[in-house]
Amino acid sequence: MKSATTAPGDVTSFSLGLALPLGLAFAIFFVLPLAQLVYLSLHNDTAATVWGLGQYVKFLTDPFSLAVLGSTLLLGAEVTLTCLVLGYPIAWLYQRSGSRVQTLIIMIVLLPLLTSVVVRTFAWIVILGRQGIINSVLQSLGLIGTPLRMIYTQGGLIAALAQVQMPLMVLPLITAIGRIDPNLSDASASLGAGSWRTFVKVMLPLSMPGIIAGCTLTYAAAITAFITQSLVGGGQMLFMPMYLYQQASTLQNWPFAAAISIIFLFAVLAIVALFSTLGRRARGYGDAR
Amino acid sequence: MASVSDAKSLVLDRITHRFASGTMAVSDINLDVKGGEIIALLGPSGCGKTTLLRIIAGFIGQSEGRVIIGNDVVDALPPNRRAVGIVFQNYALFPHLSISENVGYGLAARGVDKATRAKEAQRLLDMVQLGQFGERLPRQLSGGQQQRVALARALAIKPSILLLDEPFAALDKNLRLDMQIEVKRLQRMAGTTTLIVTHDQEEALSMADRVAVLSHGHLEQFGTPSEIYDEPQTLFVNTFVGTANRMKGTVLASDASGVKVALEAGGEIIARAPTPVSASDKVTVCLRPEHLTFVGDDTGFAGEIGMALPLGATVVHEIRAKDGSSIKISQARTGGTPLREAGAAVRVAPLAPGLATVFPQ
Repeated sequence: MKSATTAPGDVTSFSLGLALPLGLAFAIFFVLPLAQLVYLSLHNDTAATVWGLGQYVKFLTDPFSLAVLGSTLLLGAEVTLTCLVLGYPIAWLYQRSGSRVQTLIIMIVLLPLLTSVVVRTFAWIVILGRQGIINSVLQSLGLIGTPLRMIYTQGGLIAALAQVQMPLMVLPLITAIGRIDPNLSDASASLGAGSWRTFVKVMLPLSMPGIIAGCTLTYAAAITAFITQSLVGGGQMLFMPMYLYQQASTLQNWPFAAAISIIFLFAVLAIVALFSTLGRRARGYGDAR
Repeated sequence: MASVSDAKSLVLDRITHRFASGTMAVSDINLDVKGGEIIALLGPSGCGKTTLLRIIAGFIGQSEGRVIIGNDVVDALPPNRRAVGIVFQNYALFPHLSISENVGYGLAARGVDKATRAKEAQRLLDMVQLGQFGERLPRQLSGGQQQRVALARALAIKPSILLLDEPFAALDKNLRLDMQIEVKRLQRMAGTTTLIVTHDQEEALSMADRVAVLSHGHLEQFGTPSEIYDEPQTLFVNTFVGTANRMKGTVLASDASGVKVALEAGGEIIARAPTPVSASDKVTVCLRPEHLTFVGDDTGFAGEIGMALPLGATVVHEIRAKDGSSIKISQARTGGTPLREAGAAVRVAPLAPGLATVFPQ
């Protein structure tokens, strides 16, 4: 082995050698399939024999495909915003609570992660369905005559996705808020700021690293959540993962499916890059204490 | 800027606070601080001094008693309406705001417009000699500079009371003295009534007009630094402020001029008694190392030299008294005071009667 012959103290050769297994795994299971995907997408015909950019042109000039992409990205934004608005108070409460309440909050937040995604999604169908819990309660109270339509709607889907992705938002927020020096809010108050001003001017900017991290994770998870999107969204709403699945599995149009994947990948990367640029700008706050 | 004459007074009236757990944090504290004074709250950690500071600032609502600033009882006011400036131990500067924005923060909260804010921040930064640093972020400044910013930020709101929480603890020793002088200078200029919380007796004695010594939530003594040092009222104050040798003894006689005590180590000394004692009472005698001297006659008590420690400007001898107690004597080292050999028999007595203090056991 080469590393055995290097002088002691030269750690770089060791660490490169040790990174090899993971590097190989990445190459075989990630880079290679991705390259194959790119290769496939650059063919104009279903059998992948004629080279060309036809699949990309087809997607980018097709209003239907663009609408699917647009509604997927919008769905991600809506779920992310819902998670942020609901998750921030939970993270805030966590940091103001005693250790017993903290354990309880963490358990409730993490519980969805311990259940299968299919089970969680079916639970939402039970809750939101025509004969579901909400509708039957409202009906028995006489508040509504006919059942509300909640399942297979954008609102119902957002609720289900937000619940499933909530831990991804709350955990980074808890970390970020916990890192803020508690003296800062005292200092703000002693300087005459009310609690709202302290929140907007001090707490919110300083929790920005957690907000960015949470939003990135939630967004990426929400737009790719194939099962929840399909089951709670139903057949009338089509999002990118399902669109992809149809093209690849049902229509056997592999080159087009590959092109959709690549376009979807770049759309997501663009948004993640946007978040991380914001994150870099915000990171300065978190470091200094 | 407020002059000394219109500085607000601060009165703590029978302040008692129990934590939710039922622990007594401070008990029946009375303090009467005149406008423009610097007061030190001195005590070991856990004595309740920080709790008292947080009560004055309004972060904690006391269980009993009143806080009076100027002529107003402020108990019902939240922290943001008390106009109490605080310099935190870790400075607590807003890390995402520039130095100038930090200093102007309190003015912004009061609705002062941006131009006036910037001008006032600049004036305060000039005052703390950081005029060039307005655009920087707090983490780009050194500890001492950050502290000056924290001070400028607290003074910007023209506080009626300025509270400093262990302000010098995080600074290294050389910088600490510079900052102590600086803070005292700024406090004089602003004329703001100031409370310093500290566990460092030198800091308390050097900075404050009067010192309040706290122990286990009780106010042990409130007086000028020389009163605290020279006329300690309790055994705690005597041993916590400065150093003190403790010896056991029995009162022989007590009158207006002093108390005559027979030491268990042999010998008799005349001492001062802050709390009345009567003949045959068992007492603890406190003797400061610098108040003792070697004597040639038969006054004081006998012992033998344990160790000699030349500490530069002073020399300390450790003496074993007859009853086994270890006594330290500190002397100025003028003209080469000879070190005494270990084992040498000596007699030691206070420099003057009344420099020893007795407390009932």
